[in-house]
Amino acid sequence: MTALLEIRGLSARHGRVEALKRVDLAVARAEFVTVLGPNGAGKSSLLAAIMGLIPGEGTIRFDATPVEGLPTRARAARGMIMVPESRGIFGPLTVWENLELGAYLARGGEEVERRRAGVYELFPRLKERETQMAGSLSGGEQQMLAIGRGLMANPTLLMLDEPSLGLAPRIAAEILETLGELNRRGLTILLVEQKAPLALKLANRAYVLSLGRIAADTTPDRLSSACDLARFYLT
Amino acid sequence: MFLLACAVIAVIVASGGYFVTVVCFAAIYALFVSGLNLFMGYTGQVSFGQNAFAALGGYSTAVLTTRLNLDPLAALLLGALLSGAIAFVVGFPTLRLRGHYLAMATLALGLIAYEVAVQWTGLTQGYMGISGIPGLGFAGVEIDDERLQAVVLLAIAGLGMGAALRLRHSRFGRALAAVAGDEEAARAVGINITHYKLAAFVLAAVYASVAGSLMAQYVGFVSPEVFGLAMVVLGFTMLYIGGIGNVGGPLVGALIVEALPQTVSGLKDYQDLVYGAALILILIYAPKGLAAINPGLPLAVQKNAS
Repeated sequence: MTALLEIRGLSARHGRVEALKRVDLAVARAEFVTVLGPNGAGKSSLLAAIMGLIPGEGTIRFDATPVEGLPTRARAARGMIMVPESRGIFGPLTVWENLELGAYLARGGEEVERRRAGVYELFPRLKERETQMAGSLSGGEQQMLAIGRGLMANPTLLMLDEPSLGLAPRIAAEILETLGELNRRGLTILLVEQKAPLALKLANRAYVLSLGRIAADTTPDRLSSACDLARFYLT
Repeated sequence: MFLLACAVIAVIVASGGYFVTVVCFAAIYALFVSGLNLFMGYTGQVSFGQNAFAALGGYSTAVLTTRLNLDPLAALLLGALLSGAIAFVVGFPTLRLRGHYLAMATLALGLIAYEVAVQWTGLTQGYMGISGIPGLGFAGVEIDDERLQAVVLLAIAGLGMGAALRLRHSRFGRALAAVAGDEEAARAVGINITHYKLAAFVLAAVYASVAGSLMAQYVGFVSPEVFGLAMVVLGFTMLYIGGIGNVGGPLVGALIVEALPQTVSGLKDYQDLVYGAALILILIYAPKGLAAINPGLPLAVQKNAS
């Protein structure tokens, strides 16, 4: 089975720092993969480089097609959708408008309404807050909105950059559970997280990123049992 | 907004004299500032050079009507077309810049326009300026009555603001707001941010150009000073007083900034002091501008528009 996303030798710079050093990574269709690592390990740079938000070297194949030469918007059009770190929602716009922007590349109102109904079913809170400014939502609701906006694009691969950041543990768990539910429905997910235990409970496979390199590529059980390693890198 | 416009029109019809002149200038500036608002408020960019496009519009009207006897409306449209085209060409390299660099580049744009107006005497008559520009009107009809002039100018400003409102709640407008909010997130949802910045810049230039043309028609005279740096400062003041990013802000800001010096003119030497203090107080106690003081309204409008 060929991978949906296949990355070979991806290097990227963040300013003068070499944030990623020849990273290899693959995500199969319908898989839930998590990338763990401490602050500054290059997790955010990894997603930014995959999306083409920062320049990188190496090959990125998506759905068996090289995409490393494409601009971000063309990657998004192929179904590579990122939920940015610290949510990146558009604060002065309403919840409705934020979701509408998620479907920016979609043409046809009916399809957009169908997707919106799906998002509201997943996060009923967003429907209640439809006309509110996104900036006035609580942290958890903002994260729901960020994920909802990502889903509005009808992603083939959903990439999330630390969705639990700054959230109360219970809410973070709730949101990560939702990602598990989405994965069970068939969505391929690449989750970058610092909160290892939560992510490991959901993922099929885990990578550990350390100082811009892949330090481990393993299954969650093995990683969990390799307690020393986990403690060393993830706390 | 609608109520405010009605109130202003009612007062115009009832009164006359200097107040009408204030309203006329405010309406013209409201249009100019609406364009600025598109670029700065909606799209989150910065331009200190919008006066360049007002000058283009004003001088287009002046030259085309006095030398070629062109209809004022045709001259206004040609000026707008020219401004849009120049904004497109200039904007392409300029808009790659961000923040302070964009501010400096656009400031230079205004200064260049000023220099051209001064130096190209064959066309612009330099510091002397061009006078004898036909007044407001089209197809040979000139609007003489000053109250009618004010109503027409207000209607044009209303049209411009209405278009801006429609724009704000369209797919295009949401994309502009996304660029203003978070460029990276905007790119991630598939928005071509360069295109949208350029489009907003061109639109703002067209608004500025029409305002410049109307200014030339209303005053009947253009000179480099009419479209100097003072226009930029005035425009910024109106934008922030009225409320940046708010559709109605430009008109509210323009009315206040135009009317305030008159209402405090009795204070003579203290006039500037009171004027400045009033502006500072507004910025402290209504940082989102006076048009944003009723926050319930825009939300209701947004819901309806969607």
